[in-house]
Amino acid sequence: MSFINLKEKVVQVKIVYYGPGRCGKTTNLEYINRTYRNQIVSEMVSLKTHGDRTLFFDFLPFNMGKIKGYDIKIQLYTVPGQVKYNATRKLVLRGVDGIVFVADAMAKQREKNIRSLNQLHENLLSYKESIFRIPLVMQYNKIDLKEHGIPILPTEVLQKDLNSRLNAPYFEASAVTGYNVAATLKKIIASTIISIQKKLF
Amino acid sequence: MNYGIVSQEQLEQIDRILTDKLIKLGVDCVIVIDMAGNIITAKDNGRNKYDVYSFAALAAGNFATVDAMAKLVGEEEFSLLFHKGQESSIHFSKIDEELLLISMFGQEISLGFLRLNVVDAIEKIKKLWPKSA
Repeated sequence: MSFINLKEKVVQVKIVYYGPGRCGKTTNLEYINRTYRNQIVSEMVSLKTHGDRTLFFDFLPFNMGKIKGYDIKIQLYTVPGQVKYNATRKLVLRGVDGIVFVADAMAKQREKNIRSLNQLHENLLSYKESIFRIPLVMQYNKIDLKEHGIPILPTEVLQKDLNSRLNAPYFEASAVTGYNVAATLKKIIASTIISIQKKLF
Repeated sequence: MNYGIVSQEQLEQIDRILTDKLIKLGVDCVIVIDMAGNIITAKDNGRNKYDVYSFAALAAGNFATVDAMAKLVGEEEFSLLFHKGQESSIHFSKIDEELLLISMFGQEISLGFLRLNVVDAIEKIKKLWPKSA
């Protein structure tokens, strides 16, 4: 849940990047951290294993400027993607305002995407949230691999697998090159802010 | 539970309690956060500047982890945590199911004295906090 400080006129918004292991959640945040350095006040926090896999979460706070006199502070989190870490994924989802679901467009990851999305649905239910109500953006990552001859799922297939009932906005993206990383971020911020406004007024 | 908005007056009262009970005692920095990692309020002595936003995210994660550990050993909760360092130490204490009070302090304050004041501050904050809607 976003926290609104009426005294200092600050709104804190929590956005979580969710998805299967090695789909590119941390890479998304790293790209944002590099590209928007001047809007980011502090260092990105990464809690990872020796093998550079996210162990608990990555955290990247940045200021979005003012809306109606309120300072909007966006807090980006990732979850660990590995199957065994669901307890930690659940912890990070606590109080979430908006979600980017990062799917791995590689053909061999098809099933993992579906499984991860189903688990997101269950995890949200444990906080009495619904995947159908919470602001959500789909990102089909790694489409740059197509040029390297690696089999990629067509967007229509990903849409059918993951987004046929949710109907969330979606982007093809490449977190490594930065393609549509900013577009994804802007979309989730916009949807989340609109949803918070609706709750308030 | 609806704690998402706190009135200006409530925040000012909470700030006053934190200043009177902890900052005046010599605590470097005191933060009230929620379990999602949002900062409700932060007060410092003006000399030490911490990155409180990252701190809040990590502290919420830390507390949640310890909470899960408590359940594993059959405890309902570990309601307070203490990390001791050479120069500065951190004390975490649960206010209620949603809120945490974190104090960062140096060697000049004894842990026992700090704890007494934390308990007192928490009692006072609890009285102010809006009950769930």
